[in-house]
Amino acid sequence: MILKRIRLGAYIIIGIVLILCFRIWQLQILDGDRYKRLSEDNRLRILKTPAPRGIIYDRNGTPLVKNIPFFSVSITADNVKDIDTDTLSSLLGLSRQEIQEKLNRKDNSPFVPVKLKQGLTFEEIARIEARRSDFPGLFVETDVGREYLFGKVGGHIIGYLGKITPYQLKKPDLRHFPPDALIGQWGVEALFDNHLRGIPGERIIEVDALGRELRKIQERPSVKGNDITLSIDISIQKAVEDAFGEKAGALVAIKPDSGEILALESLPSFDPNVFSMGIAYNEWKSLMENKKKPMLNRAVQSQYPPGSTFKIITAIAALEEGVIHPDMKVTCTGGINYGRWTFGCWKKEGHGSVDFHKALVESCDVYFYEIGKRLGIDKIYKYATAFGLGKETGIEMIPVKERRGLIPNTEWKKENKRQPWYLGDTFISAIGQGFVTATPIQMAVMTATFANGGNIYKPSLIKINQTPSGIVKLKPETVRMIKEALSGVVNELNGTAQKAKSTLTVIGGKTGTSQVVGKKKGLTGERFMDHAWFVALAPVDNPEIAVSVFVEHGGGGGAVAAPIAKRVIEAYMKSLQSAVNGQQSGNKKTEEIENAQN
Amino acid sequence: MLKIDRRLIKNFDWITLSLIAALSLIGIMTIYSATRPPLGTGEHPDFYLKQILWLLISIGFLFAAVSFDYRWLHRVSYPLYGLGLLLLIIVLFGGKTTMGAQRWLSIGPLSFQPSEFFRLFFIIGFSSYLTNMGRNLMDKMSIKSILVFAILPLTLLIKQPDLGTAILLMSLFIALSVSKGISRKILTVIIIIGLISIPFLGHIFWDGLKDYQKNRLIAFIDTDVDPAGIGYHINQSKISIGSGGFLGKGYLHGTQGPLRFLPEKHTDFIFSVFAEEWGFMGSIMLLGVYMMLFLRGLDTAMKAKDEFGRLVALGITAMFFVYFCVNTGMTLGIMPVVGVPLPFVSYGGTALLSNFIAAGILISIRTRRFELFYP
Repeated sequence: MILKRIRLGAYIIIGIVLILCFRIWQLQILDGDRYKRLSEDNRLRILKTPAPRGIIYDRNGTPLVKNIPFFSVSITADNVKDIDTDTLSSLLGLSRQEIQEKLNRKDNSPFVPVKLKQGLTFEEIARIEARRSDFPGLFVETDVGREYLFGKVGGHIIGYLGKITPYQLKKPDLRHFPPDALIGQWGVEALFDNHLRGIPGERIIEVDALGRELRKIQERPSVKGNDITLSIDISIQKAVEDAFGEKAGALVAIKPDSGEILALESLPSFDPNVFSMGIAYNEWKSLMENKKKPMLNRAVQSQYPPGSTFKIITAIAALEEGVIHPDMKVTCTGGINYGRWTFGCWKKEGHGSVDFHKALVESCDVYFYEIGKRLGIDKIYKYATAFGLGKETGIEMIPVKERRGLIPNTEWKKENKRQPWYLGDTFISAIGQGFVTATPIQMAVMTATFANGGNIYKPSLIKINQTPSGIVKLKPETVRMIKEALSGVVNELNGTAQKAKSTLTVIGGKTGTSQVVGKKKGLTGERFMDHAWFVALAPVDNPEIAVSVFVEHGGGGGAVAAPIAKRVIEAYMKSLQSAVNGQQSGNKKTEEIENAQN
Repeated sequence: MLKIDRRLIKNFDWITLSLIAALSLIGIMTIYSATRPPLGTGEHPDFYLKQILWLLISIGFLFAAVSFDYRWLHRVSYPLYGLGLLLLIIVLFGGKTTMGAQRWLSIGPLSFQPSEFFRLFFIIGFSSYLTNMGRNLMDKMSIKSILVFAILPLTLLIKQPDLGTAILLMSLFIALSVSKGISRKILTVIIIIGLISIPFLGHIFWDGLKDYQKNRLIAFIDTDVDPAGIGYHINQSKISIGSGGFLGKGYLHGTQGPLRFLPEKHTDFIFSVFAEEWGFMGSIMLLGVYMMLFLRGLDTAMKAKDEFGRLVALGITAMFFVYFCVNTGMTLGIMPVVGVPLPFVSYGGTALLSNFIAAGILISIRTRRFELFYP
């Protein structure tokens, strides 16, 4: 019985295998030609749909950038074999070599089109569309590009979007990007690239031999990137740009109670729009080699002696360490002699009898030589570094690297100059000259730290609630006296920065002049003019903004830098005012609406 | 139990071994071709290397299975079957879900599909049951046994859902019952009852299916309904096979697989890749190899020296055959798309291992056909 049925099973097997053979015969022999043709016409194309990038806003919600279409022309690799590269190169204005290189790249996939040229103009698009029938695989793709609405203003902060570089493509976190992807290359665009970038979508379509879309096979929509709100106020940035005019330099404004950066400008600046549309090599070269160095971020990369602005540190150290009594008087005759050296005061005829307040207000060098001598360099070093000088502030700026300035001490000099520390070194250090150097952002952080009573905050480009990264313990008496003196600098008759006096608010500040080497040799001309410094806080009683201004070859701090600080502080006060007014009118409106509803 | 004597070597079934070795080598070659990167550039995925590794492991297990006396399986068949059911239950609660189905179970770093082994346990368990029952099948085949050997495993498999194994189980149940000897009268009654209950069962079955499985059935009935979905896959498979013509495009010259038109080209649709490259001649030869394997399996069943061995040999052969039919039928567009691998050829470690063990048992049965029986 069972054997009989197994034999039956054998017949079933043979029968079914025969049916399958018949079916294979039907497909491969009978319809073979038809299927062969179908397999040749079979063409898939995978198109990326770009994701809108997150918008960058300033602290008041003003958009700083706009997403705009960015056109590029691509060709599908399976159309590549029979292509007339000569005509193509003249059509696109690319050399034959460039085209060959792009087409023969190793990681090209047959379905993902190869980008030949990015950042097309409308004329180029029209020219390509007209010749499309000659090049079946050729088509214009749209990507997301950026327009920077304020041009040069804030260019260093906002940065720009650019084509990924070969070096970046080797990094593990960027390796999966297509070789022509646009990613943030500078400033906030680079720093928050992951946050701003969306997820591109994908469309898989089937196309015919001429590259026309036959049908959609799969679609995954793109996801927009996240928006970001910066701490900067674009109206202040603009005020900085206007106030500097043609001058070169930098300005950093910080909110003392949080470390938020209200404005950061380095001038001359650059227009990020130039880069975002795909910059030509020559343009890039000329920007990089420009004598005025627009790509240099002077706010974090220029380090110069801070001059008399550093006297704030020396003064704090003297009061905290108790080496002087505020009423102590020093007579300034225009300089002091030390050995065979003379250390002069900036005022040749001398300040006469000087106390602590007058010393700061009139910036008497001789007074500070005296307290420098009493403190010694290592005490000055202790306070300067406590306020964040001589080390990075930690601000994140891509791709520029922040410089750390220098605060010398005896050890440093022994190691680096192979010389002992002389009292003369202390003198010039106490007035912020000689070895002492700082960047504008360091001076701004220092000023902000003093303004809030000793809390050091890492400067931040986004609105943030952060805990201080360090605390300097200051006696209330010290803070009060120095604030009074700083106010005197701007508001008293003999103050060195009367040009910063404002009717809107009470500004306090300190001027500084950083000597340019060579001046003493009697050389003249702009290249040998001193650099001007000014640090300020306002309102003095309860500071809401701390500013540092640096003007390259600007001359005296009081004459050049102080008025810039004033304009910026006033711009901030107005901006605060309008924000308050805006809120009030907003409240009013909602009230009205509520009333209407009632 | 474990004895390797001269007779074992002398009577060894070299034919079955050669047939499955040939199929496995064809499989590795085709996997290599199917997964090669398009345009000959880029890295070659290491599927073929993994398959070679699994093949070596599987050959080891095959020889272990051959040196084993299969009659020992008779004794442990019920615990084995119980273990299989238990694994199916565990996978329902603790299994990993991939592509909408919960089939995988992890033990440490290893993960495997219990249903791959359950089908073997089922053959052993059900054969044992039928052997123990003696002569008159229908008199004794109780409701309880139908529940244990049909309803329970089927429910568990459809719940996963694992349509392929479910179909296999039904086929094996019928094949083994019939060959054991259901009288023509009872067979007629079963078929009539079956036909009447199709609408009801179909309804329950339809509800138990996941959406993608429903789509597959719909697309099979009308491939133009959804060309982008599963119908698209069948069409692409037909284009692959059809474009092979009489002699094929040549090894490593197929375009459909590497260019990613074919889905699952190295697993479920591997036959399409093979047929595209080797054409009608190659396909017929491949079918020939399979047919020899099946007929050899049936021959083993007939020559087996006891009833248990006969039923197990029959069950294993039927298993290979059902998978072969469902898979090639799918790629040729004459059967619904059910994710079933082509035995010995498709990529997949667990399936290869379990098929080799099954073949090992088959060879063991044939090799011991002359041994004296000492119960």
